[in-house]
Amino acid sequence: MVTLEKRPQPSRIVAWSTPFMAVLATMIAGGLLFAALGEDPLVAIRTIFWDPLFGQHAFFYRPQLLVKGAPLILIAIGLSLGFRAGIWNIGAEGQYILGAICGAGMGLAFYPAEGWFIFPLMVMAGALGGLVWAMIPGLLKVRFGTNEILVSLMLVYVAEQLLASMSLGLLKNPQGFGFPGSRNLQQYPSAHNAELIAGTGMHWGVAAALIAVIFAYVLLTRHQLGYHIRLTGEAPRAAKFAGIAPARLVLFCLGISGAFAGLAGMFEVSGPAGQVSIDFNTGYGFTAIIVAFLGRLHPVGILLAGLLMALTYIGGEIAQSSLGLPAAAIQMFQGMLLFFLLAVDVLTSYRLRFGKREAA
Amino acid sequence: MDLSSIDPVLLIASLMVAATAVMIAAIGELIAERAGVLNLGVEGMMITGAICGFAMAVQTGSPTIGFLAAAAGGALLSLLFAFLTQVALANQVASGLALTLFGLGLSSLLGQDYQGIKPPSTPRIDIPVLTDLPAVGRIVFGHDLMVYFGLALVAATWAFLKYTRAGLVLRSVGENHDAAHALGYKVVRIRVMAIAFGGACAGLGGAYISLVRVPQWTEGMTAGIGWIALALVVFASWKPWRVLLGAYLFGGVTVLQLNLQAAGIAIPVEYLSMSPYIITIVVLVIMSADKSRAPASLGRIFHATH
Amino acid sequence: MTDALLSIRGLTKAYPGVVANDDVSFDILPGEVHALLGENGAGKSTLVKMIYGLVKPDSGEMRMRGTPYAPSEPKAARAAGVAMVFQHFSLFDAMNVAENIALGMADPPPMRDLAARIREVSDQYGLPLDPWRVVGDLSAGERQRVEIIRCLLQDPKLLIMDEPTSVLTPQEVDILFETLGKLKAEGTSILYISHKLEEIRKLCDEATILRLGRKVATCTPRDTTARQMAELMVGAELHTPTREGRRPGEVRLALKALSVTSPGQFGTSLKAITLEVRSGEVLGLAGVAGNGQDELLAALSGELRSGAGMVVLDGTAIGDKGPAERRRMGLLTAPEERLGHAAAPDMSLTENAALTAAERQNIARNGFLSWNRARGFAREIIERFDVRTPGTENAARSLSGGNLQKFVIGREVMQDPEVLVVNQPTWGVDAAAAAVIRQALLDLAEGGTAVIVISQDLDELMEVSDRFAALNEGRLSEVRPARGLTVEDIGLMMGGSHDMEVADA
Repeated sequence: MVTLEKRPQPSRIVAWSTPFMAVLATMIAGGLLFAALGEDPLVAIRTIFWDPLFGQHAFFYRPQLLVKGAPLILIAIGLSLGFRAGIWNIGAEGQYILGAICGAGMGLAFYPAEGWFIFPLMVMAGALGGLVWAMIPGLLKVRFGTNEILVSLMLVYVAEQLLASMSLGLLKNPQGFGFPGSRNLQQYPSAHNAELIAGTGMHWGVAAALIAVIFAYVLLTRHQLGYHIRLTGEAPRAAKFAGIAPARLVLFCLGISGAFAGLAGMFEVSGPAGQVSIDFNTGYGFTAIIVAFLGRLHPVGILLAGLLMALTYIGGEIAQSSLGLPAAAIQMFQGMLLFFLLAVDVLTSYRLRFGKREAA
Repeated sequence: MDLSSIDPVLLIASLMVAATAVMIAAIGELIAERAGVLNLGVEGMMITGAICGFAMAVQTGSPTIGFLAAAAGGALLSLLFAFLTQVALANQVASGLALTLFGLGLSSLLGQDYQGIKPPSTPRIDIPVLTDLPAVGRIVFGHDLMVYFGLALVAATWAFLKYTRAGLVLRSVGENHDAAHALGYKVVRIRVMAIAFGGACAGLGGAYISLVRVPQWTEGMTAGIGWIALALVVFASWKPWRVLLGAYLFGGVTVLQLNLQAAGIAIPVEYLSMSPYIITIVVLVIMSADKSRAPASLGRIFHATH
Repeated sequence: MTDALLSIRGLTKAYPGVVANDDVSFDILPGEVHALLGENGAGKSTLVKMIYGLVKPDSGEMRMRGTPYAPSEPKAARAAGVAMVFQHFSLFDAMNVAENIALGMADPPPMRDLAARIREVSDQYGLPLDPWRVVGDLSAGERQRVEIIRCLLQDPKLLIMDEPTSVLTPQEVDILFETLGKLKAEGTSILYISHKLEEIRKLCDEATILRLGRKVATCTPRDTTARQMAELMVGAELHTPTREGRRPGEVRLALKALSVTSPGQFGTSLKAITLEVRSGEVLGLAGVAGNGQDELLAALSGELRSGAGMVVLDGTAIGDKGPAERRRMGLLTAPEERLGHAAAPDMSLTENAALTAAERQNIARNGFLSWNRARGFAREIIERFDVRTPGTENAARSLSGGNLQKFVIGREVMQDPEVLVVNQPTWGVDAAAAAVIRQALLDLAEGGTAVIVISQDLDELMEVSDRFAALNEGRLSEVRPARGLTVEDIGLMMGGSHDMEVADA
C-alpha cells in the first residue's frame, strides 16, 4: 500500500520537475486517446508538438507561437497574482471581451481620423474595460463578502451577450452589408496593432506580455506587495497579523488581472482578430487558467507554459486539417494537462511511502 | 409586443421544467459541500452527463437508460476530481476548474456524431382526469417523471440530512474533519461517496437539458447552468428546501425572459438572455450577508497524520 | 498480572526520524486512576492513540483482561470498553450537544431518548448539560462535559483523559475530580494524562512516567514529591527564571473600556476592559481558553480595530490603527497559534523574519525588500535564542514546536519593543525552551519594556508577573499584585468574580 507523508518542507526540485512529468503523462494519455480515435499516436504527437516548430511549414507557424502565446501569457500572469493570494478570478474570458469591446470602441470612435494618439488611447480603454469588469466581483467581495469565483464567472456569460449585442448593434460596421461584426481595424492604420517586425508575429501584445512577465517577477521576488500576496495565499491569518489589509489586496489582484485580460483582448481585436464579432472570444481566458497553474504561478514558468499551450493550439489546428483530429480532442488534451499537473503536484509537499498502511 | 400571449399557468408549468436541471445538480453539489468538498466541476459533469445521456438514449431508444448513463457518466468524471482532491490532496478550486475544462472538451469529443439528431422523447405522466383539471392539472400533473424525481430528491436529501445517522455522519465530516477522524469515521471514503453522488446528480441534470428541455445536442449547451447550481447552494445556505426555492426563482426568470423574447418586447434579446446571470449575481450579493451556515471544513484539505 | 484490566507490553512506535514510544510496558488495574506523566513530546499522546485504536503499534502487545487487544480503529476500542476525552475536543461547533454525543456512539438511540439519557447521566455525575444547545456556544468547561458524557454513555471500563484540566478553572477542576471519584468508586479505570504534578498527587493511585518515548519510572504519586516527579520527567535539574525586584516606570499602554465584537461566530467579545501597563512591569493575564484571550491579542495587535481612544500607547490613541502602524510605534505582539498566525508554515525563516520586522529592522525600503537584511535578522534570532534548525532557508513548519516558538517570540523581543504582548508563550513547548522564553520576557521588562503575558498556565504567570488579572467571558477581573495571591483567589478571579468583593489575601 502506498501512503503519503508530509515533507518537512516543499521540495524545490520536485516543484520544477512536476510540469515536465505532467506534460509527459499527458503525451502518453493523449497518445492513447488519439489511438482510440483511430490515429497513429506518434504521428499525432509529432504533428502537434514537432511540426509547428520544425516541420515543413514551420516558417509560417513559428510567428503564430507568439501571436497565440502572448494573450495566454498576459492573462495568466495577471491571474497568477490573484491565485497566489487565494483570490480566484475565473472570469478572465469576460474581462478579455470587455477589453476588446472598449479598446475597439475607442478606436472606432475616431474613425476615420488618423493620429498617433489613437492607439495609446485604445490601450488605455482596453485595460480600463477589463479592470472595471473585474472590479465588479472585487467590490462585491470586499463590500458584501460575495464569492468572487461565481460572480466573475457569471460575468463571462453577461460579457458574451454584450459582445453579441455590440457586434449586432452599436459597433456594427455600417458598410458591412448587414453582416454582424465591426469594421476591420486592420484596415484602419491608426488603430491597427500591426506586427512590429514583419513576419515574426511580434506585435505590441507580445511586448506587453514580456513586460508583464518581468513586472510580475520583480513584484513577487523583490517587492513588499508581492511578499504580501504570497503571504496571504500561504497563511491568511499571518497576513492579517502582519498588517495586510485583505480588501486592498483583493482589489489589487482582481484589478490587475482584469486589466491584463482587457489588454490581451484589446491587442487581439486590434491585431490578429481585427474586428469585434460574435465569435471573437475563443476561450483564452479559460486556457490561461491552465497556463497559470502549469507555470506553477511563477512568471518564468508561465512564459514557458504559455508558449507550450500556444504550441498545442497551433499543432491542434494542423492536426485538425491534416489528420482530421477533432478540435475537441485538443481541448480535452489541454484539460488533461491540468489534471496530470494537479495529480503529480502532491509530490512537492508529500513523499510517497511504500509499505504497510497504518490504521488511518 | 403582446404580453397577453404569456399564459401564467403555462409559465408556472414550464418554470418547473426549467428549474429541474439546475435543482438536481445543485442538490448533488449540496451533499458534496455538506461533506466539506467544494467541487467547482459541476458544469463539466453536467455537460458530460448531457452527452452520455443523449448518446445512450439515441443508441438504445430508451430515455431511462439515457438518464442512467448520464448519472454514471457524471459520477465517473467526478471520481477523477475525488482522486485529485482526496488522494492527491490537490487544491479543490483548481481541480474543480480542471474538471470543468476537461468535461467541456470530453463532451464535445463524444458528441461529434450526435449533432442535429432528435432524441427519443421522454414520456409525460398523463392521468386523464387530473391532468385535464384547469390550471392545477397542468401545473401539478402532466410533467415528465424527472420533474417529480427532482422534487423527491429534495425531500429525500432533506430527510437524509436531518433524520438519518448517515446524514449526521456526513455533516460531521463537513463540519470538522479532524474530529470526525478522531471519532473513527472514514473521512476520505465518505467524501468520495459524496463527490460521486454530486457527480451523478450533475449528470442527471445535464441529461435533463439534452433529453427533455432542449431536446437535442449542441456543444456547450449547459451554458453556465452548472455554475448557477453552485451559486444556488450558496443562495440556499446549504439547506435542501431553499435549493428548491432558488431553482424555481431561476427557472422563473429564465422562462419569463424567454416569454418576453417571444412576445417581442422592446428590450434586445441579448439583454434578456443575460438576465438570469445578472439576477444570480444579485441574489448572491443579497445572500452573502448570511455566511454562518457554510460547513466549517468546506474546501479544506484533509490529510490524516496518525 | 491476570487481574489487570489493561496490560501493555513492549509497545513501540516509530515515525520517520523519531521514536515516539520505545518498549513501553505497564498495567492498569480495575478501578485505578493511573497517571501517565511526561513532558510535551515524551510520547504520551502516541501511546494513548495506540490504546484507542487511532495508531497501530510497530511491535508489542496489549491485553484486555488477559485476552489480546489490538483495536484496528476507535470503533473497536469503544466496543472493548475504552473511551477517550481528547485534549483538543473532537466536537462539532455547529451541531447541538445531542448530535455531538450521538456521533461518538456506536449505536445511538433516537434523538429524543438520547436527550433524556444525557439529562439523566449529567444529573447523576453532577455535570449539568442541555442536550439541545449548540456546542459552539458552550464554554470550554461545558464542552469538556459533552466529551465526558459522550464517554460515560458507553459504560466504559477504561476512560482515557488527555490533559483534562488545562481548560478548567480551579473550581471546575474540583467538580471534575468529584466526577472521576464517583466513576472510580463504580469500578471504572481511568488513564489520566497530565504534566500537572500536584493534580496527580491528589487524584492518582499509580503513575507511569515517560521521557523521550521510554518509560523511566513507575511510582505512587502520594508517596512521591512533586519535585521528584518533575526531575524524573525532565531528567535534569530544573532551571527557574530569575529576576531582580523592579520599580515600574510610567504608563506605556492603557486600555480604556476596550470593547470589541469577536469576528468569529463562536468567539468571545471583549467587554469594557480597562488596564494599564507600566515600563519595566510584567502584567499576567490568566483565564480559561476561550474567554477572550485571542480577541484581546487581536485588539492589541491591530487585527481587530476598536474606538481610537480605547487603546492608548504612550499617550497616543491608536485603537483605530492597523498592525503595521502599531508596530512602527513600538507595540509588538506574539499570538498563540505559531503555525499559520505568528508564522507562515511553508515560508522560510528568512521570509518569516520579515513578517513583523520589515519596518523596524529596515528590511523594507521604498517598498522593496532586502532579503539579505531579513536573512541577517533571522540568523541573529536563531543564534540568540538557540533555535535548532539547519539554517535560515528552512520552512517554518520544519521546526519543532519549541524551536519555532523561540523563533517567533525572539523575533518580537529582538525588535526592542516599547510594549510586548504575548499569548500563551510556552504552550506545548518543552521545559528548557519555556525557561529560555520566560527569561527573555523578564530581561525585556528589566530593560524597561512593558510586558503583558496572557497564559492559561498559572504557575508560569505566578513566576513572571508583577501584577495579575484574569479574563472571564470577555471581562477583566480586578488587577492585583501577584505576590501573595493564593490559588483560591485566582480561581475566584477566573471564575466570574469580576463583580464580587474579594477579601484581600
